Amino acid sequence: MAQMTMVQAINNALREEMRRDDRVVVLGEDVGRNGGVFRCTEGLIDEFPDRVFDTPLAESGIIGSAIGMALYGLRPVPEIQFMDFIYPAFDQIVSEAAKMRYRSGGQYTVPMTIRTPYGGGIRGGHYHSQSSEAYFCHTPGLKVVVPSTPSDAKGLLTSSIRDPDPVLFLEPKKLYRAFREDVPEGEHTVPLGKALVRRPGKDVSLFAWGYMSQVCLEAAEKAAQKGVEAEVVDLRTLVPLDVDAVLDSVKKTGRAVVVYEAPRTGGYGGEISAILAERAIEYLRGPILRVAGFDTPFPYALEDIYMPSPDRVLAAIDKVMAF
Amino acid sequence: MPRWARPDILKTETTDAFAPSRSSEGRVPTGESLRVIRDDGSVDLATDPGLSRPDSERLYRGMLLERILDDRMLALQRQGRIGFYGPSVGQEAAIVGAVAAMEAGDWIVPQYREPGAALYRGMPLTDLICQFMTNSGDPAKGRQMPCHYVYRKGNYLSISSPVGTQIPQAAGIAWAMKLRKAKDAVLVYFGDGATSTPDFHVAMNFAGVFRVPCVFLCNNNQWAISLPVARQTATETLAEKAGAYGLPGVRVDGMDALAVYAAVRRAATDAREGRGSTLLEALTYRIGPHSSSDDPSRYRDEKEAAAWRARDPLVRFRRYLEKKGWWDDGREAALEKEIGDDITGAVAEAEAKPPVPVDSFFTDVYSDGTWALREELAEARSVARR
Repeated sequence: MAQMTMVQAINNALREEMRRDDRVVVLGEDVGRNGGVFRCTEGLIDEFPDRVFDTPLAESGIIGSAIGMALYGLRPVPEIQFMDFIYPAFDQIVSEAAKMRYRSGGQYTVPMTIRTPYGGGIRGGHYHSQSSEAYFCHTPGLKVVVPSTPSDAKGLLTSSIRDPDPVLFLEPKKLYRAFREDVPEGEHTVPLGKALVRRPGKDVSLFAWGYMSQVCLEAAEKAAQKGVEAEVVDLRTLVPLDVDAVLDSVKKTGRAVVVYEAPRTGGYGGEISAILAERAIEYLRGPILRVAGFDTPFPYALEDIYMPSPDRVLAAIDKVMAF
Repeated sequence: MPRWARPDILKTETTDAFAPSRSSEGRVPTGESLRVIRDDGSVDLATDPGLSRPDSERLYRGMLLERILDDRMLALQRQGRIGFYGPSVGQEAAIVGAVAAMEAGDWIVPQYREPGAALYRGMPLTDLICQFMTNSGDPAKGRQMPCHYVYRKGNYLSISSPVGTQIPQAAGIAWAMKLRKAKDAVLVYFGDGATSTPDFHVAMNFAGVFRVPCVFLCNNNQWAISLPVARQTATETLAEKAGAYGLPGVRVDGMDALAVYAAVRRAATDAREGRGSTLLEALTYRIGPHSSSDDPSRYRDEKEAAAWRARDPLVRFRRYLEKKGWWDDGREAALEKEIGDDITGAVAEAEAKPPVPVDSFFTDVYSDGTWALREELAEARSVARR
């Protein structure tokens, strides 16, 4: 075990997978000598000079060529510098990588892990803060994974790189250096498709992913001071969703608050709400509430108001408890 | 000599095949392009790739198969026996001449108008026709509309309808070949319309920067559905775009299978030997409609198509075979009959296949099923029973 930040854990996962499997290659903007703008790929080019590539500044080229590499049998790990820049590659991700296995009748596959920092909280303004996972969760053929701790970041990234399907791996940049924790050195995997109860509770379930999991833990701490036991369920993988974990929690608590930092309308939290309404209505003792980003572009100066905070989550807990 | 022309491959002999006809939008291709077979069937010894008799006959068979297949499939489409078809009449030399120049270990990345290339790589005719019929014999399980075939054993990639998306993927495959130190190359097909896409630009740029072994073959058939080349670009040629990426660009007479073969062969050799990628522009013509759903009389003068039809690539290649003393009417008739019988047999075999089963559209979304897919399969089965 070693104490690591999430950045260090991601770097460690990449390094160990590149040592384990010579098909793993890293490509993207500034990922080589510069080590990535967040330093997630720092030093990799020194150990693997023939497998780490600084690319021209073109996201569709990064993803399009990574698809080609994966088709040929490599395990590319392309980086998109910020999720806000991913849209030029949207077509290659949703219409190509995600569809290849299906449209070829299983003859061709694209085992590729797209890493990208996402989310707000770092004073990045509209073009360095978006949380647009919903677009990708709406894409059959693509898996969407979001860690919320350094240890999970290593374990989930390792599993993603080894996964036979294309994975979008979203890294909550607010948590990149927010805290350190023990991360296993050497082999460490966390299975895709498995949620984790980060804090057990009997009164209300809080569903979240990425940075919002940490926000929910803070909110649960505050709720506990008022005598309310909130359970925090960290989804970890959005697609495929651990539906049993979601339902089991609500069957226990009878109340649900879904927390996500993307704009509220059409966000993935709406899908969680719909699943609860369809499958657990008889267990519910109050409305399913959403705490989300506002339906505006991501603001710069008023970021702190935009981002769901522990207090906003707490207000939702109070509301559903009082119903 | 234009700067996009490589003197060692582009000889002085030029063609006048691209001068007179003029579309309503104006310009048609003019200027020099690599040519091997003269109108009388003799070859320019300076550019002749020197194909053997068996190789020449195989190439001709591939083109004739594509031509007859097109004719038969369009007829089946009109009869409602297949849902859609995109013919390649006029482009056989640019399609089959190119694939014939590649080796077994190479990869072929198609656009969507290259059935002759898939067959040349060994795809069984029945499998191809089952794909057109999207039945249970379709190796791709009826998931895509007709003309979206795939053949893994021949390193023939799956087809996407959006134009240009395959080009950066081809660059990536070639990049991977280079990283794995394979002595192979990629041939990627696309059309004149695709040169307008961002994917063309990024692919050419990546290929230039990383010096990957890829042959970029633009089959300039003059039309992207209803739009002429002049609406895609303001440059005089498409080949000259290569210069912007540090790559050589070569213009080829796309109605001359030996010219296409020679240019692709040379570009593939360069690729294999570490000299990077080449952009080839094959000047050809989409004599038929864009697809069975298209009516070219709405947007182009059929006199233009007639002028190109007079330069039929099959006629020219047959003249070459005859000039060599390798071909005559008897052989032509026998080959036509053989191909016709093959297609008739394959159509009968394909039409005997049952429809795709309901369960088949829930597999291959991921490597494994998910709870949601299992649940939805049950619902789909109940829909199918009603």
